[in-house]
Amino acid sequence: MNITLPSKNRTAMCDYVLQMADSNLILAQRLCEWCGHGPILEQDIALSNIGLDLLGATRSLYQYAAQLQNENKTEDDLAFLRGERDFRNFLICELPKGDFGFTVVRQFLFEAYQLLLLEALQQSSDTHLAAIAEKSHKEALYHYKWSAEWVIRLGDGTEESKRRVQESIDDIWTYTGEFFIATEWEQELIAAGAIPDFRTFANAWKEKVAEVFNEATLTMPPADVFMQKGGKNGVHTEHLGFLLAEMQYMQRQFPGEEW
Amino acid sequence: MVITNEHIWALLEQVPDPEVPVLSVVDLGVVRDVAVTGPDAVTITITPTYSGCPAMDMISMNIRMALLEAGIKDIRIESRLSPAWTTDWMSDEGKRKLKEYGIAPPVNPSGPDGLFQSREQVPCPHCNSTHTELISQFGSTSCKALYRCLDCKEPFDYFKCHR
Repeated sequence: MNITLPSKNRTAMCDYVLQMADSNLILAQRLCEWCGHGPILEQDIALSNIGLDLLGATRSLYQYAAQLQNENKTEDDLAFLRGERDFRNFLICELPKGDFGFTVVRQFLFEAYQLLLLEALQQSSDTHLAAIAEKSHKEALYHYKWSAEWVIRLGDGTEESKRRVQESIDDIWTYTGEFFIATEWEQELIAAGAIPDFRTFANAWKEKVAEVFNEATLTMPPADVFMQKGGKNGVHTEHLGFLLAEMQYMQRQFPGEEW
Repeated sequence: MVITNEHIWALLEQVPDPEVPVLSVVDLGVVRDVAVTGPDAVTITITPTYSGCPAMDMISMNIRMALLEAGIKDIRIESRLSPAWTTDWMSDEGKRKLKEYGIAPPVNPSGPDGLFQSREQVPCPHCNSTHTELISQFGSTSCKALYRCLDCKEPFDYFKCHR
């Protein structure tokens, strides 16, 4: 692919692209843990399909990051040979898959954010990142619709489905603050106009989420709840290490092995 | 041998999509550009349907094999992301072939887009009834959704309208 690499803020852009890729990859891994375990066949397939879309975006992003790094690394090196502290994914993506309700809630909160981000990123001065965003945005629309509909079905469903989904929301909420805080390299890119100022998305995101929670008869946690952070800086929950151990095992055991 | 654009397009029309073999990569709209760059050299630009479509690597390889077999030696295959692939690029011939194969071709959206709403009125590829319902937005491949016909009762794949 012929890509014109940005002349300015290249290191910061590489960090940002890695962070997007890591979030997509880790969440894809969690979604694909459902393969063969979905509540019904169609939803099993849906979960893997969404995971596959995220994995596709991950590949485009890692390929781009590898070019920005210019260290002769491949997308596979970036996915399979980096340690836990190198991963910059949002903490929300690495949480264990939980029950179907938990998976649905996590996906919904993530996709509501992705829709806002990917729409704005299409205006990025970095044309390659804008192209990846354009492609992913179309797919995020399906993921958003799927997850929002399930939040409503479960929230406005039986007593048990409602209880489980509400508990999932209360558990996950503390991991949503990371969407709206900017690291140093993100601040550099925002100032340069290379990425949108996603800190300003908080209200639009909350409105989107509130609309669906309302329909689902679910309660949004209070605004002043404590928010976890650290994922973007490589400080993770204990869950990521286990996930990587499983995901990276083959490449670590048999370096360079291909299908 | 003098190769021309028309010659290359004709060759590409013989390369099937690995997932939906009744369609050629040209019918699918995956081939975006063909450039003859020298007496024996071509550059083909392709675009993925969905980001994670596992068929892309195979499509790329199949194109290369078809051109090599036709005696073209210097083949470059480039990938382009933007503008993003849309089912509007699928040929009418492709849509006809899909329906014959039993997959409902993409239909332009006519209804409002919202939760629990299907924007498209999808006719059954077997009995043509429009009395159909969506089972799942996600089917056997990224590009397809699962439907069921409420008249002939057959479930069927629908090639999603992707815009």
